[in-house]
Amino acid sequence: MTGDGEQVGRLLANLARFVPHSQALGIRFVSLTDGRVTLALPYDERFIGNPLTGVLHGGAITALLDGACGMAVYATLVEPVPIATLDLRIDYLRPATPGKEVHTRAECVKVTRSVAFVRCEAFHPDGDGDLVAVASGTFMIFRSRAAGARGGES
Amino acid sequence: MTSVTDILRMAKDTGDISALVGAIPYLHFLGITADRSSGELIGKMAYADALIGNASIPALHGGTIGALLESTAILQALWESETAVLPKIVTITIDFLRSGRPVDTFAKGVFTKQGRRIVNVGVEAWQEDRSRPIARAQVIFLVEPLE
Repeated sequence: MTGDGEQVGRLLANLARFVPHSQALGIRFVSLTDGRVTLALPYDERFIGNPLTGVLHGGAITALLDGACGMAVYATLVEPVPIATLDLRIDYLRPATPGKEVHTRAECVKVTRSVAFVRCEAFHPDGDGDLVAVASGTFMIFRSRAAGARGGES
Repeated sequence: MTSVTDILRMAKDTGDISALVGAIPYLHFLGITADRSSGELIGKMAYADALIGNASIPALHGGTIGALLESTAILQALWESETAVLPKIVTITIDFLRSGRPVDTFAKGVFTKQGRRIVNVGVEAWQEDRSRPIARAQVIFLVEPLE
């Protein structure tokens, strides 16, 4: 981890453990580096969306992308105030390869007082580097009056 | 009759979509079913603790709502396509309108064919009150005839 402090990383790793649905999917926190949060989703036959090919259901990728985006927002906050996803747009560039773990890497591109803009990409860590999906999300931040953003306001 | 193609043909012949839903592992994992008894194809995600994203509110994980919207859209696309096809998702744009409470969630899609190979399904999710949707999505699929 560079620049983000191990404390924030530990906080995010803990956060991942306290989200029941992330637990159910076996999603794990991989890293926080330069504001980029990486999460991992193991391949599991229970998550298959296309039984003909064994390709994961988009919904499992959606949960992973949403989770990584939310954490990238948390990584910019001084205090852990509540946030909510406003919208999430996902482009599926190619099907995830059956049997392979999927990683998502999310980064806040802009944080204002009430809204955070996030970009995220999904890929196979042991793959050829081709992206499985790219996503763009906006989040609402329920900031208390006194709290500010760290590095987001310009 | 074991292949998805066979199951899809059988579902269309008999008007019973449940076998098709049962063939998709992730729908089973999330507790998603579909019902056509009202004449409309309604997707349903039965509440379970494993669907929670924020335990302190508590609220459903956005990913589960997205999965219900996408799944209902896929089923609608399958149902309205003339031939046996398996839609491949190209893009999904989800608006989260209200926090998902820890209760059953429903969804209904509206299908538009945009070309020979592209369909667009607008889909809305609600809980107790259908006039107060908790989320909606636009889903674009590539549809390719099977075989």
